[in-house]
Amino acid sequence: MKFLLIEDNADLARSVAARLSLDGHAVDLAGSLAAAEDHLAVATYDLILLDIMLPDGDGRDFLRTHRAANRDTPVIVMTARSEVSERIAMLDTGADDYLTKPFDFNELGARARAVLRRRDGAASTERSFADLVFDPLTATVRLGDETRELRNRELRLLEIFFSAPDRIYSKDQLCDRLFSAAESVSDNAIEVYVGRLRRKLEGSQARIETVRGVGYRLTAQ
Amino acid sequence: MKVPLRFKSIRQRLVVLLLLAAALLSLLLFISVRAIASASVQASQDSILGAATIAIAEELRGGEEGVAIEIPYAAFSMLGSSGEDRIFYRILVGEDTVTGYGDLPMPVAELTGLEPVFYSRDYQGDPIRLAAVGRSVLVEGTPRRVQVIVGQTRTGQEMIISRMSNRAAALGMGFFFLSAVLALLTAQAVVGPVNSLAEAVGRRGPQDLRAVTRPVPEELAPLVSALNGLMARLTAALSRTETFIAEAAHHIRTPLATLRTHAEIAQRISEEQEVLARLREILRAADDSSRSAGQLLDHATVAYRTDQRAEEDLDLRAVMADVMRAAEPTAELKDLHFELSVPDGPVPIHADRLLLESAVRNLVDNAIKYSDGDDAIELRLTVDGGTATLAILDRGRGLGTMQGRDLTRRFARGSNVSDVVGSGLGLTIVREVARALSGSFRIENREGKGACAILSLPLA
Amino acid sequence: MRHLVIAIGLSLWAGLAAAFEIEEERLFEAQSDGPVVSILSTTDTVVFEPVIAAFQARNPEVSVHYTVSSTRQVYQAIAEDAARFDLVVSSAMDLQMKLANDGLARAHGSQEVEALPDWAVWREHLFAFSQEPVVLLLRRDAFGNRPLPQDRSGLIEIMRDRPALFEGRIGTYDPARSGAGYLFATQDARQSDSFWRLAEVMGSLSPRLYASTGAMIRDLESGDIVAAYNVLGSYVAGGLSIGDAGAVVELRDFTHVLLRTALVPASADQPELGGRFLDFLLSEAGQTALDRDARLPRIDGRALTTNPHQRPIRLDTGLLVFIDPLMRDRFLQEWAAAVTRP
Repeated sequence: MKFLLIEDNADLARSVAARLSLDGHAVDLAGSLAAAEDHLAVATYDLILLDIMLPDGDGRDFLRTHRAANRDTPVIVMTARSEVSERIAMLDTGADDYLTKPFDFNELGARARAVLRRRDGAASTERSFADLVFDPLTATVRLGDETRELRNRELRLLEIFFSAPDRIYSKDQLCDRLFSAAESVSDNAIEVYVGRLRRKLEGSQARIETVRGVGYRLTAQ
Repeated sequence: MKVPLRFKSIRQRLVVLLLLAAALLSLLLFISVRAIASASVQASQDSILGAATIAIAEELRGGEEGVAIEIPYAAFSMLGSSGEDRIFYRILVGEDTVTGYGDLPMPVAELTGLEPVFYSRDYQGDPIRLAAVGRSVLVEGTPRRVQVIVGQTRTGQEMIISRMSNRAAALGMGFFFLSAVLALLTAQAVVGPVNSLAEAVGRRGPQDLRAVTRPVPEELAPLVSALNGLMARLTAALSRTETFIAEAAHHIRTPLATLRTHAEIAQRISEEQEVLARLREILRAADDSSRSAGQLLDHATVAYRTDQRAEEDLDLRAVMADVMRAAEPTAELKDLHFELSVPDGPVPIHADRLLLESAVRNLVDNAIKYSDGDDAIELRLTVDGGTATLAILDRGRGLGTMQGRDLTRRFARGSNVSDVVGSGLGLTIVREVARALSGSFRIENREGKGACAILSLPLA
Repeated sequence: MRHLVIAIGLSLWAGLAAAFEIEEERLFEAQSDGPVVSILSTTDTVVFEPVIAAFQARNPEVSVHYTVSSTRQVYQAIAEDAARFDLVVSSAMDLQMKLANDGLARAHGSQEVEALPDWAVWREHLFAFSQEPVVLLLRRDAFGNRPLPQDRSGLIEIMRDRPALFEGRIGTYDPARSGAGYLFATQDARQSDSFWRLAEVMGSLSPRLYASTGAMIRDLESGDIVAAYNVLGSYVAGGLSIGDAGAVVELRDFTHVLLRTALVPASADQPELGGRFLDFLLSEAGQTALDRDARLPRIDGRALTTNPHQRPIRLDTGLLVFIDPLMRDRFLQEWAAAVTRP
């Protein structure tokens, strides 16, 4: 996916861009509303991440202009404020969702998916491995004609494996990505979700293989 | 005018000053009435004294044998009419006193003309008033100078004056008491606008910081203008406080976001077990900080909004739905889902939206935080009588051994949550909001497993 | 002790006696030890005795030293000698007024004083305690069956009609010698012009002039005179010894009422005692004793309204006029001119 990140804090902007690129996304950075307009004039984005306090204006002004220009690129607002009413005000102004800094990128992913899912005509996010077609946006796997729905953690686990097939992930690595740091997770938690995911993949050539003593990887038979 | 005494109230000051003025006027009234009375009594005594003197003078006859003197009985009798005064008289022919009181004081001036001359002297230890008149009488063809002096003590006069003085004093006192009553009424009338202004300002709600526009006497205009200035400054200060809270949030959360992002990146690119463990701790600390910062700001906001309530009519169902929607993606990450049950009709509530949302969001956040994956979080809204009850039920670990009340203390945390990020402020915020909205809050263990948080609020 | 006080007192009076003529002097001793109130009076002791007795009945510790003198002597004792009496009682209203007016009396206030009618008191210095009509005494037998004269014009008429009956047999005071006579004559002169006609008519009938009331009454009773004009009624309150032969007439045109007065002299040694006796005189008990036992009629405003011909001599400073020496001389000259035959 291609993101436009409008954020005046350069440190944060660069780190967010770096983090998103790890997931294979392309990110353009804009440090001001003017820069954002320049980007939008020449490129199309799947999603805009918008900070509220910008040097040359308020993010809400951008939202109003954005909606007035009938541009339908979804916008997720990032703000330091956490009140629900603030979120509602943003949504009323035309934001698609709202994210409170600092955020878990899993949450950003979840919200982005939710936003894109709500929009018709969004670019397809389907990916395939062996005979398995995985659509993170709709949280489904397709095996021939059969579509199977994934729960959130199953989805995110599969996403991890899909991002680098055949790569072996240790349990710890999977845990770190699947659970937030705030959660306490038991040692066998990851086995539970791997087990669940395997059941969703039953019948497919693609399978999650246990590499004894090391971890798990996605392979094709 | 500088008043040496320091009065605590304008009314007191006014009353005292008016009373002083009234007392002064009463005194002046008394003195002038007394003076007029004295003068008129003096005048009437003089006229009688003069008449008596002239009556004697008129009876003087000349002749071959000397001056014939006849004192008309009525002359002395009428002087005695008051029955109170001693009388003295002296008749001189030339320089010789021919009868009467030889030592009776003589007038200072030469007696000319026919009209009596009046003067006052002390005689035999008493102050007396005298009238003297001179006549020329022919004795053996030679004019002889005859002087008639009649004096009278002033006892009767003093009595009349003292009677009139008493009346003047009564008049003065009456005047003073009337003035006192009027002074009180006047003070009341003068202080009235101040009181009614104070009442009008005092009756205002805590959030009403509008300028005072009611008409006031021009003397109060500086006060009202100062008051309005203060209101404006207060409004500005409050708005700065709000801005400050927002700024503070921004300045804490943005670097945290950067930190957290870097940590996540590091976590993704590192293979080292030791590094990963450290990163986990960093992320945990960042989340902890973030959450604490959020709740501190929430708490500050709640405290600030509690003083500065901007209440509006809300539908509690909508508030709940909004909070739930905002929290849904977070819940989803743990494969949690919400089960919302609300009444069919609106649940009207008159409250500060921000306070209410803070409370509900903290409860929902708690429920998400302490729930294990794959569970449902129930949001139940019921109405019973005049009370709306919002119950949030989870299947998390519950409260452990701590009592609900203890958990709502500031920074208090359950005994069984050391492994979960939290500041201990969440339930404090909820409790404070409940109090601010005249509701109640309790949290208890749920049968089986989990906790049940119940927020009750009065309906609008 | 008591005797010592009396001895000193008596020696004092003895000293004073040289300055004025004392007619009677008597000490009414108290039943118990106590002060002595000294009273100078023109009223005979025998008349005043029951009053003193009544006073002592109520004040048993007070002795009363009672001195009697003539009106003029009484005046002089106070005015000229500053004699140390505690109370001065006199029938000479004019002289008493003169004493009071000249500051020789002491102010005295009490409940009894306040109860006095206004006409009976002069500025809390001079107090009237009895009111005595001045009357005409007649021998009824001399008039035969003719009606007795009831007013001055009636008297003048009968004297003109029957000069033989009255020639040398009319008595009246000699105003030059009698203080009361002078007062009554001057008041008559002031009151009515008919007085001078009366004086002239009497003068033409060779009147007998008396210095004392007693002598005049005795001559009437003996038949030496048939009419006594201007006699103080209290002297005949008990009736005349000749019974129905005599008549006491209050003249209807006007009858003067003498006020017997008392004052506490400024020179009093014991003014409070004098005041005490004075208050007794004015009190109900004193008035009753005066009226009933001394035959000195009590102060009574109603008596004046029921007897409209009675005119109390006003207790005011007008009384000073006729005691002016010039006026006195003139009056006596005029009187003498009218009454004494040339």
